[in-house]
Amino acid sequence: MADPMKIRAQMKGDNAEIRVLMSHPMETGQRKDNAGNTIAAHYIQSIAIDVGGKRVIQGQTGTSISRNPVFGFRVKGAKAGDKVVIHWEDNKGEKRTDETTISAG
Amino acid sequence: MDAIRRTLLKGAGAAGAITAAMAAGVLKPSGALAAEYNRAAFEAKDLANAFRNIGAGSAADNSGIVIKAPDIAENGAVVPVDISSSIPNTISLAVLVDKNPLPLSSAFDFANGALPEMALRLKMGQTSMVEVVAKTSDGKFYKAKKEVKVTVGGCGG
Repeated sequence: MADPMKIRAQMKGDNAEIRVLMSHPMETGQRKDNAGNTIAAHYIQSIAIDVGGKRVIQGQTGTSISRNPVFGFRVKGAKAGDKVVIHWEDNKGEKRTDETTISAG
Repeated sequence: MDAIRRTLLKGAGAAGAITAAMAAGVLKPSGALAAEYNRAAFEAKDLANAFRNIGAGSAADNSGIVIKAPDIAENGAVVPVDISSSIPNTISLAVLVDKNPLPLSSAFDFANGALPEMALRLKMGQTSMVEVVAKTSDGKFYKAKKEVKVTVGGCGG
């Protein structure tokens, strides 16, 4: 089971700023280990973010995203106290869902 | 729930789909992520194929797309990039690294107040153009690019 995401969500003016760090190796499938064997690809493929019960972000990612991915977004109309729920799923079917609450600016 | 991603990633019939889906209440959040990964686009080995597979084969240059990235990245494994689009009704942004083995890094849809912008960290194997594609709600695609010089690549072993 992958480590929990680190999520920060805070109001800045009219917008909620959301930053998330996901613990994930993001192996490209192009690297080889010391014995010369190819290391299997292992990377996050799908990400979704819900704020206040509405889906605001939905995306897909490939192998050109850095290890332990960090993403930042801004959402207009969200308010302090709204729940932020973030999901990811990788190419091996592993998944995580973590949540936080938007704090006042 | 799949509607948002499908309109975005497939490129076709995007125009009213999201609006219609919202009206119909289809865009309800769900714990489950939609299943249909755009494998053709993410596994495309060259830029032209990646563009075509996200539906952006004929994207026009547009200065409303802003790419903030370092001119020189010392570590290609982690290249911080901020992107945004001031093109009206932008609903989706994709980021591609021309010279990576698999150029398409990500494609994200924005809805329900999410601003068409994002911060992310790219892996870059070598000096390359970073290209951003924006899609608008009428199904049109726009693009912009910025070169990032890489001193140590991030894709090797």
